[in-house]
Amino acid sequence: MLSFIARRLLSGVITIWFIATATFFAMHAVPGDPLTQEKAMSPAVRAQLEARYGLDKPLFEQYRLFMSNMLHGDFGISFTQENRRVNDIISKHFPISATLGIAAVLIALVGGVAAGSVAAYCRNRWPDRLVMVAVIAAISVPGFVIAGLAQLVIVAMNNAAGKTLLPVAGWGSVSQIWVPALVLGLGTMAYLSRIMRASMLEVLSADYNIAAKAKGVHGWRLFWHHQLRNAVLPVVTELGPTIAAITTGGFVVELIFAIPGLGRYFVQAVQQLDYTVIMGTTVFYGAFLVLVVVLVDISYGLIDPRIRLHRGRA
Amino acid sequence: MAKTSASRFLIVPAVALQFLAIFVLSVGLLSQAQAQAVDAQKSKVTLALATEPPTLNSAVATDTIASFVLSHLMEGLLVYGSDGELAAGVAERWQLDADGATFWLRDSARWSDGKPVTAHDFVFAWRHALKPSTASQYAFIFYPIKNAEAVNGGQLAATELGVSAVSDHELRVEFAKPCPYFLSLAAFMTFLPLREDVVAHWGGRYAADSDKLVVNGAYVLDKWVHGAHLRLRKNGHYWQKDGVKIHEIDMPYITADPSAQFNLFRDQQIAIAPLDTGLLDEAVERGFNIEYFHTGSLYFLEFNFREGRISSNRAFRKAVQRLIDPDLLVNKIIGLPGVKPAYSLFPVTVKGSEKPFREEYPVMRVDADIAEARKYLKRAKAELGLESWPPLVMLAGDSPRALQEAEYYQYLFKKGLGLELRIDQQVFKQRLEKMRRGDFDIVVAAWGPDYDDIMTFADLFTSWNDNNRGRYDNPLYDRWIRLAQSSNDAKTRFNAMAQIQRIVVEDVPILPTYENGALYVQNPRLKGVRRSIFGGDPNFRYAWIEQ
Repeated sequence: MLSFIARRLLSGVITIWFIATATFFAMHAVPGDPLTQEKAMSPAVRAQLEARYGLDKPLFEQYRLFMSNMLHGDFGISFTQENRRVNDIISKHFPISATLGIAAVLIALVGGVAAGSVAAYCRNRWPDRLVMVAVIAAISVPGFVIAGLAQLVIVAMNNAAGKTLLPVAGWGSVSQIWVPALVLGLGTMAYLSRIMRASMLEVLSADYNIAAKAKGVHGWRLFWHHQLRNAVLPVVTELGPTIAAITTGGFVVELIFAIPGLGRYFVQAVQQLDYTVIMGTTVFYGAFLVLVVVLVDISYGLIDPRIRLHRGRA
Repeated sequence: MAKTSASRFLIVPAVALQFLAIFVLSVGLLSQAQAQAVDAQKSKVTLALATEPPTLNSAVATDTIASFVLSHLMEGLLVYGSDGELAAGVAERWQLDADGATFWLRDSARWSDGKPVTAHDFVFAWRHALKPSTASQYAFIFYPIKNAEAVNGGQLAATELGVSAVSDHELRVEFAKPCPYFLSLAAFMTFLPLREDVVAHWGGRYAADSDKLVVNGAYVLDKWVHGAHLRLRKNGHYWQKDGVKIHEIDMPYITADPSAQFNLFRDQQIAIAPLDTGLLDEAVERGFNIEYFHTGSLYFLEFNFREGRISSNRAFRKAVQRLIDPDLLVNKIIGLPGVKPAYSLFPVTVKGSEKPFREEYPVMRVDADIAEARKYLKRAKAELGLESWPPLVMLAGDSPRALQEAEYYQYLFKKGLGLELRIDQQVFKQRLEKMRRGDFDIVVAAWGPDYDDIMTFADLFTSWNDNNRGRYDNPLYDRWIRLAQSSNDAKTRFNAMAQIQRIVVEDVPILPTYENGALYVQNPRLKGVRRSIFGGDPNFRYAWIEQ
């Protein structure tokens, strides 16, 4: 197990180095630079700024400096928000994206497992069909539409009640988490319920399930110990990339619900060619993704000992 | 089987139900008294910001959001008054002559820490903004001041700048060339005072947080949570504090999505929200208080005059001029009330010597005429010695409107002239870079005025202006601008401007298409909010809430 984790971590480090290098050179290949502005700059001002940010050095020298700073955990100062450090931006805004993302994953997980199980239990009857129609809708309707619709529903609800039942947007209180989290997790929930349904159907017709029932196991016990634990494995496999995708891909939801998450800074940085923020967020997200994938691999082993044994031998 | 599966079936909803219960509970517990768009008791207004101000350091700020926030936090020598005209700010009186200006500062002007605002604060701020190490993008706006350009270029020390504090309350400015519009510059963001001790203390972190700046305007920055929340509160040290009726401006939402802002407005969480084409119908349907203002900016097609470009041929440009009907573009394609067709380099908002410039010097309109356009195109083909027309590249921005507009031109070029137009749609910075490099035949461009004088538009297409991205180079154009810049006489200046207006129509360095307007909804109880082209927009300094 330990050597397995070590190997995964090593390949993770190489992955991150690759991401950083590829992003660095791709970013510098794009026409323009962070200093490009609407108003033309005098050559003296431009030279000053280039010197301040080290843009006057040869590209490979810049790369070497960036790598050395990165190893010291320093991503430098943002170009567009001149008095903010990239490390500050990440440490202030990532926890917000993460909170939203975790709430979204929880909703998606509970909702997806529940809906998928219901659909499997009621195969080809109306609850199944209902779930599957909802799944198709949730997967195919883009997030910004759902986000807009959700806001409209809240506005109508609040207007009808004559007071604020749910806030339309903003961040800072627990009540401001649920709706954006639901919107953010909806697509994943739909996806997970499809996987759960297929997996649960397989379990329901499996020999051990029939054996358990023959033994007289029923109700919660049957569901919890014999069906759910087996059926949920494919869902857990999906969870790693899902957590990473949701926590890093909430840009649209963050925009529409006015949430100060890191996603917004990431996208703005790309649009503004804010080199330091692009590198900081990309490397950070890359590292986060790698970490989550490793964690999921470990948790996979905890849920199903066979996998641990198998990997251990390999 | 059926019976048992039904009982198991109940388990799953039970889990979901538990979850729902937690959800409802948390909602019930936390939905307290809501924040309101306008609160007459507290005299508080709640707003949403499109983006966070990238900086609140007036020496380097450039964007409209920073300008809006700073115009409430700070006060310059002059301000824009409740009627939208220049009024006394920190300066209680002033004198403007051909070679300079003198400002006498009021005794009662105070910083938010109680210290008096002095002429030294202005001298420091202007020198600071011009230092090459500050790298202020708006440094050029000081260039009418003596030695400003040399200081900014690093050839002269900042102390050589033509501005001095005669006493604590008297500021003397020397001009490099006549500057009849200097008073409107004195109301501009970059001309705001800065406190040397505070700037020195925080260095690069100056104005990075709410506790890292000192202000002298109607409001203080009470709260700044990055990316999330700004709150302004009335400044007790402001010399005119009795005139400030709105005590608190709260901005707990930062989102650039117009629909999100509109939904917040509908839920009465914010007092003002911008409208776009999609939201207009709904706002009308709901009977909202819809308002409009002219942003003062001009949209145009800019031609590339670099060597070998087809667009450098005058007959070709005349053909394009005859092809495009701004009126049709505005009414059929853009379709947003408030946007006006443009026929001149100078929007209708530009001032003349007494009346608006366009009333004093009406523009000669060239109407669209497809037969004329084809005639010009034929001539262009002969002059350029072309066998057939190569495809042309139109550089455009990435907004939905920019694409819609570019596609309309593409259609017109094909249908009217049989020309192929390739749309090169680019995000902001890449588009600017391609404009700088001259990587286009025609670019969809725009210009917003920096200061309240016709020159902010006029000198744009001089051969020496770095913002002249098409590299238009016309000695006659340059000569009229030099004449206007060397004169303090209104008649001489505006006559020269009339010549510039004529050259733009006849030689078509650019083709004006429309003047931009902004539509928005506003809470009907909120009164006296000024929308303005200059001096920070919107302006709540003179606003109040109706009971």
